[in-house]
Amino acid sequence: MAGRQHLPAVWSHMTPDLPATRIQHMEMRDIVKTFPGVRANDGVSIDVHSGEVHALLGENGAGKSTLMRQLYGMYQPDSGEIRINDEPVQFRRPLDAIRAGIGMIHQHFMLVPTMTVAENVALGQPSTRGLRLDLDVVSERIATLSEEYGLRVDPEAAIWQLSVGEQQRVEIIKALDLGASLIILDEPTAVLTPQEVDDLFVTLRRMVAEGHSLLFISHKLHEVLDVTDRVTVLRDGASVGSRATKETTRDELVQMMVGRELGDLEIREASTGEAAIEISGLRVLGDRGEEIVRGVDLTVHHGEILGIAGVSGNGQRELAEALSGVREATAGRVKIDGTEITSAPLNERVAAGLSFVPEERMRDGAIGEFTVQENVFLHDHDEPEFCRGIFLKFPQMAEHAESLVSQFAVKTPGLDTPLKNLSGGNIQKLILARELSREPRVLIASQPTRGVDIGASEYIHQVLLEQRDAGMAILLISEDLEEIQTLSDRIAVIYNGRIVGTVERSEADAQSIGVLMAGGSLQQAHQETAERD
Amino acid sequence: MAYCGCMGDNASVGSKIAISKGVNRHRHDWRELGIRVLVPAAGVIAALLVSALFLILLRANPIAAYAAMVRGAVGSTFGLTQTLVKMTPLLLVGLGICIAFRAKCINIGGRGQMIAGALLTASFALRFGHLPPVVLLPMMIVLGFVGGAVWGFVPGFLKARFAVNEILTTIMMNSIALQLMNMLLQGALMDPAGIEAGTFLAQSARLPDAGRLARIVPRTLLHSGLFIALVMAVVVYVFLWRTTLGYRIRAVGLNPQASRYAGIKVPAYQALSLTLAGGLAGIAGAVEIMGVHYRLLEGFTSGYGFTGIVAALLGWLHPLGLIPASLFFGGLLIGADTMQRAVQVPSALVNAILGLVVLFVSASTVWTQRLIQRFRSQETAHE
Repeated sequence: MAGRQHLPAVWSHMTPDLPATRIQHMEMRDIVKTFPGVRANDGVSIDVHSGEVHALLGENGAGKSTLMRQLYGMYQPDSGEIRINDEPVQFRRPLDAIRAGIGMIHQHFMLVPTMTVAENVALGQPSTRGLRLDLDVVSERIATLSEEYGLRVDPEAAIWQLSVGEQQRVEIIKALDLGASLIILDEPTAVLTPQEVDDLFVTLRRMVAEGHSLLFISHKLHEVLDVTDRVTVLRDGASVGSRATKETTRDELVQMMVGRELGDLEIREASTGEAAIEISGLRVLGDRGEEIVRGVDLTVHHGEILGIAGVSGNGQRELAEALSGVREATAGRVKIDGTEITSAPLNERVAAGLSFVPEERMRDGAIGEFTVQENVFLHDHDEPEFCRGIFLKFPQMAEHAESLVSQFAVKTPGLDTPLKNLSGGNIQKLILARELSREPRVLIASQPTRGVDIGASEYIHQVLLEQRDAGMAILLISEDLEEIQTLSDRIAVIYNGRIVGTVERSEADAQSIGVLMAGGSLQQAHQETAERD
Repeated sequence: MAYCGCMGDNASVGSKIAISKGVNRHRHDWRELGIRVLVPAAGVIAALLVSALFLILLRANPIAAYAAMVRGAVGSTFGLTQTLVKMTPLLLVGLGICIAFRAKCINIGGRGQMIAGALLTASFALRFGHLPPVVLLPMMIVLGFVGGAVWGFVPGFLKARFAVNEILTTIMMNSIALQLMNMLLQGALMDPAGIEAGTFLAQSARLPDAGRLARIVPRTLLHSGLFIALVMAVVVYVFLWRTTLGYRIRAVGLNPQASRYAGIKVPAYQALSLTLAGGLAGIAGAVEIMGVHYRLLEGFTSGYGFTGIVAALLGWLHPLGLIPASLFFGGLLIGADTMQRAVQVPSALVNAILGLVVLFVSASTVWTQRLIQRFRSQETAHE
């Protein structure tokens, strides 16, 4: 998408003038947007007033981002209109939207990592001194905005030195500095710790108090209920309805999003068996050669789900990769049912009973251009069942693939469909099906439901719990705290490459896990909980 | 299996909608094939239109020129057989390029691999010419494969072991093979008859009769190497899509990371793909001297190493698509020769036209992809 925006023809087009008027009321009416073969928005209407937080709620693929990209000028609607302060407007590119006073905080930040905060903020702006830089002026403006909205950030710091939460603050400052009075926040909490989420919400409330309007894209219900005034729910590109947040309930919103009521997950008491995977003193280097897993000790038992919670980048990915054998451990040992596999090649790990659902499913777990059937056999194509010599046995392969597809309810036009044409949820179900078809004793599941729609997530959760009850040991690594809390029998929190605390399900609450995720100690966590009570 | 217990209601709903066999599948397949053929064809026509401008600048009549081109390539039995003669090494080299490309390895070493294969074949035939044809001919083909494979293995090994860029090494290996052949043709392999006569031509002695491929059409150069090439196309197709090795090569090329996660030794399969690519080019070299020249001589590779790459691209890197693609380029080479003689244009222009065809055809793949994408997404929308 990035290529489409900011292609200015002449210099004067590159410097947005500050918007003349503040947005009192923005309205999108009957927006229709079709892409080849897909009706992404089908007559959607939404409006937001000054001083209001309006949530746009929906599953992945419901059309939330498409709608907001039209408001930000990245796409143009096929029909329908956008009105600002009751005047119809047309945004041909993001610059037009910025000039009208609209800002957007993208999920993936649009910052230059090697530049300072002030330089990043100055980027899209004309200098007050013509061709000479005015970083000192910009720094002052940043200081004022920080003060006003509670956005603590050092203008001199380089972006790469900042935490994710701080980088997000820089994005908000950038938008405010450009004079945005309506700000679109695309899943702003996805990358934050619970404490950072709280800080963000404080800032959002201040912005609203100052008369800004906010459009808050999310699929996390509790946040929507916490922070917004109104909610519009999208499903399959159409708007299902709008509600005042005060007058709705979690259950109603879920039903609007999914189109049916979700069953409650039935979680039986775990009957924990012997140690299945034992990790001791594991150390692993990161991509830049720095030690990123710094002495992890963990044991997962048969019939148990151990959840690893933590803010991304604290070593979870490298830990999972070391267990899968694609990254070398520099010290420590890993045992599966007593068999040492610390530096064993993948085939031996699999033979020892290990299976993996990798974090980046399209990069590590599947091949998008391969067909559904070919993806089922990424690992097992040389099993005697499926080949004779070097020749593949197609009938047997088709039979096996077909049985997995139907058992795991993978929706696909056929076995010879390229995998990339399937939805994220169906791809993940297929990967899970493949990994479980090996009947492993230990499963390492990284972010098993990231970017997966609610229906499929629910299904995947159900499968994981069934497997646990059947005696499998599951190491669940997830950034979704709700998922960790729902599924795990024990929760280990990883911070800075170490496990900083392990809590039983019964003792786990979001607050104390949050303290651990931010690097606090278990004692601190208990203290905070006590103070709150 | 262990995971059946959890399916309950969900699965029964799921399995009903899981596989809806597309009734329209075949129609769409045909349409896709149409796009794949017509768009590159349009690219070729566009290239010829642009080339027409050059012809006009050179005061040649483009219509007469292209007429001569078509006449030269397919207008007579001799032209047609010449086209097929050129097609044979292009197809073999292209097949190797296909395998390498499928593993995301770029093999620029077709020329060197042809030479290495031909060198080994010729040396063997000149030494063991007394063997009966049933033994000698297969041995020569196999040695051609071995020579080329060794030449492909070296860059493959360097890439696998030390991550050395295979584009650079395959080019270097071209020079090494070329100089090695020149050295041998000036020395150990030089035709004794040439030495005796005092001509000192850089060519070997003639291959023994038992080591020559039969001519299919009398008084033409068309030889049975064409059948070897066609059979190899089918073999490569089966290899890539019906065997575990081919499956892994394709997996490695499409997504090395996921392949690694699946326990596939990525570097080993990259090296294998380059080795096989070399082997096929080596067969091309062997077949060329066994069927056309009957001896090893300087310049026998005449650009097949590079044109083979282009043919492979035009054939969508598919062994069977390569058959028409190499036929087309064979015809283009022959037709361009005729055109040059007929309308008296500099021979450099022929290369320029080839270059333009390459440029337009490569660019057309982008459009092919886009159109197919569009049709596919419409398809999904209808379902």
